[in-house]
Parts: sequence; structure tokens; C-alpha cells
Amino acid sequence: MNPYRTQRIAFTLLFMANALILLLVGFVVAVIVQKGLPAITWQFLSDIPRQGMRAGGIFPAIVGTLYLVAGAIVFALPLGLLAAIYLSEYAKDNLLTRLIKLSIVNLAGVPSVVYGLFGLALFVVFFKFGVSILSGSLTLGIMILPLIITASREALESVPQSFREVSLSLGASKWQTIQHIVLPNAIPGILTGTILGLGRAAGETAPILFTVAAFYLPQLPGSIFDQAMALPYHLYVISTQVPNVDEKIRYGTAFVLLALVLFMNLIAIIIRYKFRMKKKW
Amino acid sequence: MVIFTIDGLDIRFGSARVLRGVSMEVFAHEILTVIGPSGSGKTTFLRMLNRMNDLQPNFRMSGTVALEGKDIRKMDVEVLRRKVGTVFALPLPLPLSIFDNVAYGPRMHGLRNRNKLSTRVEESLQAAYLWDEVKDRLHESAFKLSGGQQQRLCIARTLAVEPEVILFDEPCSGLDPISTAKVEDAMIKLKQRYTLILVTNNVKQAARVGDRTAFFLDGEMIEIDKTDKIFTAPRDGRTDDYIRGRFG
Amino acid sequence: MRKLREFIIEKLVLLCGLASIFFVVLIFLFLLREGFAVFTTISPSAFLAGKSWYPISEPPLLGILPLILGSLVVTLGAALISIPIGVGCAIYIAEIAPKRLKEILKAGIELLAAIPSVVLGFIGMVTLVPLVKTVFHLPTGLTALSGSIMLAFMAMPTIVSIAEDALYSIPKTYKEGALAMGATHWQAIWRVMLRAASSGILAAIMLGIGRVIGETMAVMMITGNAAVLPHSLFVPVRTLTATIAAEMGEAVIGSEHYFALFAIGIVLFVISFAINVTADLFLHKRQ
Repeated sequence: MNPYRTQRIAFTLLFMANALILLLVGFVVAVIVQKGLPAITWQFLSDIPRQGMRAGGIFPAIVGTLYLVAGAIVFALPLGLLAAIYLSEYAKDNLLTRLIKLSIVNLAGVPSVVYGLFGLALFVVFFKFGVSILSGSLTLGIMILPLIITASREALESVPQSFREVSLSLGASKWQTIQHIVLPNAIPGILTGTILGLGRAAGETAPILFTVAAFYLPQLPGSIFDQAMALPYHLYVISTQVPNVDEKIRYGTAFVLLALVLFMNLIAIIIRYKFRMKKKW
Repeated sequence: MVIFTIDGLDIRFGSARVLRGVSMEVFAHEILTVIGPSGSGKTTFLRMLNRMNDLQPNFRMSGTVALEGKDIRKMDVEVLRRKVGTVFALPLPLPLSIFDNVAYGPRMHGLRNRNKLSTRVEESLQAAYLWDEVKDRLHESAFKLSGGQQQRLCIARTLAVEPEVILFDEPCSGLDPISTAKVEDAMIKLKQRYTLILVTNNVKQAARVGDRTAFFLDGEMIEIDKTDKIFTAPRDGRTDDYIRGRFG
Repeated sequence: MRKLREFIIEKLVLLCGLASIFFVVLIFLFLLREGFAVFTTISPSAFLAGKSWYPISEPPLLGILPLILGSLVVTLGAALISIPIGVGCAIYIAEIAPKRLKEILKAGIELLAAIPSVVLGFIGMVTLVPLVKTVFHLPTGLTALSGSIMLAFMAMPTIVSIAEDALYSIPKTYKEGALAMGATHWQAIWRVMLRAASSGILAAIMLGIGRVIGETMAVMMITGNAAVLPHSLFVPVRTLTATIAAEMGEAVIGSEHYFALFAIGIVLFVISFAINVTADLFLHKRQ
């Protein structure tokens, strides 16, 4: 067959594959928006669930998610950033560095439910933190650690080497160079990675199933040792464990969760974009 | 007075031998120009003097380099780099304002007082013959300056830490003739207060500016002497060939 | 004084760097600690090859073969769908799409990657499952097939982005050489570029499959949760991941059931470790 004919067929098929994916993504978002948006009222967002979660709102789940995400970042950001600084500024090209990078790749690939098991075994049982925000946050924190390390490392490595040379040649120490030249210029990238990590942590269900999630908790958690409700788990519960929940509430919950995650991703992308525009070198 | 004493300097990066048995002295308040074809080891030699080679992986050296009698490997490297500053081949402003670029070095060494910093910045910019051109826009980004101005800014930045020696690594290679002339002028006047070592690919620049000249070839220093002697009656035939452009 | 500070900082960042190795080891150790205990009551071969999973019967039957096969069937189905489409998308984006379209497609894929799996599970439950039921005339749409379709969808971003990177990093001379010899653009792609990027594309596929094997919530919500040996794609199945998620809530801490679930965790960890290490090797093998 004429090679140009083959090419036209191939390109059309490939285009259709892409179009298919794009359409499906659009469909998913459209369905959630169309059926979920009507449920979003101030009452829905600020009220506690009522009538066995068949009515009322999702406020405790929203708050719980925010607490968990904040806790995860408090743990993961300092640790992840320092690890990234090690990899970018101090590590030599040797076996240890290769092992560290391999470990990061592995942490990134561990199934989320295995993180849940780990969190249960280590934080809930071994450290006796119990099913609590503390256990949940730490579990989520370890889960997003590879993301933070990778994004921060890329941001640090994108600072031109010449800046470091100039700083050192003026007699500044290595840490001074990192503190005054490298870090400030890597902050947008680090911020982007952090926010993407937040988005990821907000949407995960399996790691929090046995470490923090409460089926029904009408009052807000009072301390980090309390259980909490969370949006992803709540969506799962009202879709599969509680019968006869109004469709509007289900879609509304999905909408809030999706909106939260997408909003965070959007902010990260905006930061990344604005930084690229502003970059002076 | 002797500033640098270099004895039997050998440098390797991994298995590649880059410098071999270099021995010489550098005198205070002279401009020493270092010439030679690319790959001759002159930049490696220059970078040795303030231990910038330490940043390269697989760097190994033997022999000694002494600054005012003290072995530079035994000195605190940050103190060494303050005393021996560098101006690089391409203008490399830091992503800061003009003022902050010049103030960076002193700040890192502990100078915080606003007034003292301002004075130091002004003096350094004056000494680099840049003050008049930037005095009204000290807080603008350094990237807004022209290439020649940026290079003079880099000189000012190095002067601000009050060094004793300034190393120039082909500082005019990215500049037009007028800016080059300004930088060369600045160098000649700086000689009064500092010792300058200039690596250059431009033989004529060495003839214009250098008090003494050293010729490097294939990692060895072939000869070193007063500039007019090197250029009129060099001892070694290879020096003569290089200067006359028969190779390089 | 400054020297001391530099020294402390250097050791501190090293410690943080080592933390990643530490956590991987720690996860494995704790899984072993809780999971190995199950092998006092049942041998590893009976565990892995046992055909009956009834953990709450007396005595508990802890054979995970139905679960392994459940994961396998769903993964295989997902792979069959996602590999051609995913690699195809990557080729299109990397080589064929005009610039504007490329940006839109990449944004769409990033959007997909950001959607939480429980949300996709929910949507799958209310749209895909009834669809499968009607189209294939099945008693229920909660089947391995539904899971495969949804997981193929979810694996797209992984496969597409890594395969796309692999295609991008081929030296331009490969393609130009082929074109200079009179090949069409498609021939250059099919015969030269794909081969040159093969290790990267293989890595993309492996990581995509790894993603699929590790997925929990979406499968839990649409594959039906029947822990029996699957005989086709059109029946409900139970994956390894869904088993842990669904049953850990009821398992008493310290019971055999509890240990067995951790043992499943060990299996999952080992599988994902193997996939990740292999894929990483492939990614670094590229010259």
C-alpha cells in the first residue's frame, strides 16, 4: 500500500486515540460539574452530615481533609527539601546516591494501600498514636515525600551552576551560597511541587482508611490525636456503604473534592508559568 | 615582594594529567599575563590559585602553592578566596540588583552596617570605573547593564571583598574593542593596589598590559620573563612560534 | 564557628537524604513483621496458591490465588487497552500534533492525572458499570472488564508522559537520517524512532502497569469484590489491593486475618519494587 496512505491512516488513528482520551476526561469533569454544582450551597459546605449522611453537609470532611493535608506538608516539606538539597548540592556521584535515588523511585511506586498498612502498623499500633490525625498526616507525609523531593531537586538543579561558582569565588561558604543564591531562586519550583503534593494528599483514600478516617464524626476533631472525617473517604462511604443517599449529595461531595484538588493544581501551574515569564536568566 | 610561590605543581582530573611540574613566583603589584593555546592548562593553573578546582570531581594535585608563605591547602578556603578573587570570562552578574551584586561578598563576610556597605559599594564601583554610569540606578537589576558594564560590575564585586590578588580568566573574550579597552585601562590602574594575574588567548593583549608574561604549552610552563623580553627575544623556540602565530 | 555550622548542616542534609532509604526499608520491615506471622499457621505455598479466600470462616481459609488472579486479569485487560492507546497518544503528542494542539492534549492528560482515584471510582460506578451491564448483557456491570477499562484510563498519564519523554530524547539525527533517505514521517516513526526509544517506552509501560496493580479505590468500587477464581473478564473479581482496603476495617488487630492482609501487602510491595527497579534500569539504559 502506498506509504502516504498508510501514514494518513496511522495519523488519523493516533489522533482519534488522543481525542478519545480528551473527550473522556472532559466527560468526567462535565458530569461532575453538571450534577454536583447544584448541590453546592453554603449550607452544604458548612453543615454537618445529618440523617445518617443522607442529608446535611460535608463540613467536617472538608475540615478533616484540610487538617490532614496541613499535617502532611509540615512533615514532608522540611524533610523533603533538605533531602533535595543533599541530592542537588552535596551528593557525589556514587553508589549511595544511586541507592537514594532508587529508594525515592520506589517510594513513589508503593501502592497507596500499602502505605495504609504501613501507617497502621507503625503509627497506629507500634507508636500507639491510635487512629488519629497524627497517624494519618504522617502516613500521607511519607507518601508525598518522593514528590516533594523530586520537584525540589529539579528546582534546585535548574539554578545555573555559574551562580554558585561566582558566590564561592567571592569567599562565601557552601551553605551561604545555598541559602542566599540557590534557594531563593528555586522557590517557585519548590512551591509548585509542594502544592502538587498537597493536591495529591488531599485526594488519597487508601492511606487514610485505617489510620485516621472516621465513618461519622459530627463534631470537629479537637486535637491531633482525634479521628477525623475526610472528603475522599466520605465520598467512598456515601457511594458504597450508605444506601439511598441523594444523588445530589454524592455528586456534590465529588465536586468539592475535585474542585479542591484541581484548584491546587491550577495554583501550582500558575506559579510555574509566572516564574518562567519572570526569570531573569 | 613575592605573593605566590608555586613549586612542582602537578594537576590531574581523574587519569588526565593537565599540569606538569609548574614552578614559578608571582610578585606583588605586578600584572602577570599567562598565554598559550587552548588546552595548555592555563585556566586550570589560574583556578588553582584560589582553589576553585576543588569544585571539579576527581581533582588531584601534588606540589605546593603558597600565598605569602602559607600553603593554600592548609588555609581556610573562604579566607583564601577573599584574598584571591576571580573575574570570569563571561560577565556573570548574580540575579540581584547592581548594589546587591557588589555588596554580596562583604555581606557574606559579615559586614552588615548599612553605611559601611554603601561606602564599600561606592568605592568598589569607582575603582572599577563604573560608578558614574550606575550611581543613579543602583537598585536596578544587574542584567540591565551592557556586557562591558556587567564585566566591570564583576570587577567591582571582586574588589568589594578587599582582595590582595585578582585573577582574570580571559575577561574580555565576550566584549567589543571599546569595552575591552576600558577593562584593560582599569586593570592597569588596579595594579597600584592589587596584584593581577591575567589569562588571555589574545597575545596582543598580553603585550599591551602585562609586566611579565608566562607561556604555557601542553600543561607545562615553557618560560616566564619580562613581557618585552618574551616578545622580542624569547628563550624558547616554541614561545616564539606561538607569539608569531605560527600555531595556536 | 562557621566551620561547625557548615559541618552540622552537611550532616543534617545527608541524614535527610538517607531518610528515603530508611523509609523504604522501614516499610518493608513492618510489613514483614506483621505479615510473616501468618506463615506460622499456613505455609507460603498454600498461601500463594490456595484457591479459597474465606478469612472469617473457622478455621480461616487464606489462599490468595483468587486475589492474585483477580489482580492479574484486571491488569492484563487494562494493559491490552492502555498500551496501544497510551503509546499512540505519546507518539501523536511528541511527533505529530501541531503546537497548539499539543499544549491542549498535555493539559488534558495532566488534568486526568490530577483526578483523585475515588472520584474516578465514583464516576465509573455510576456511568461505566451500568454501560457494561447493558452492552454485554451481564447480570451485573461490576466486573473485571469495567475495572480494566477504568484502570486503562487511569494509567494513561503515566504511560503517555514517560513514553513522550523517551521519544523526545532521541537525537534528531535519527529521524532526519530516515527522512533524508526518503521515508515518510510515519515510516520514520514506526521503523526508526520507536525502536530507538524502545527502552524508555518499555519503562513507561511497566510503570503504567505498576500504577494499575497498585490502584485500590477505583477497583474497589467497580470490580465487584467477589473473592473467587475468575473465569473470564465478565465476572466480578477481587484484587489484592481491594482485599486489604475492604477487609482491614473488620480484621481484629493481631488475628490471623490481620496477619494475612499484611502478607498480601508484602506481595504487593515486592511486585511494585520489582517493577520499579526494572523500569528504572530501562530508563537509565538509554544512551
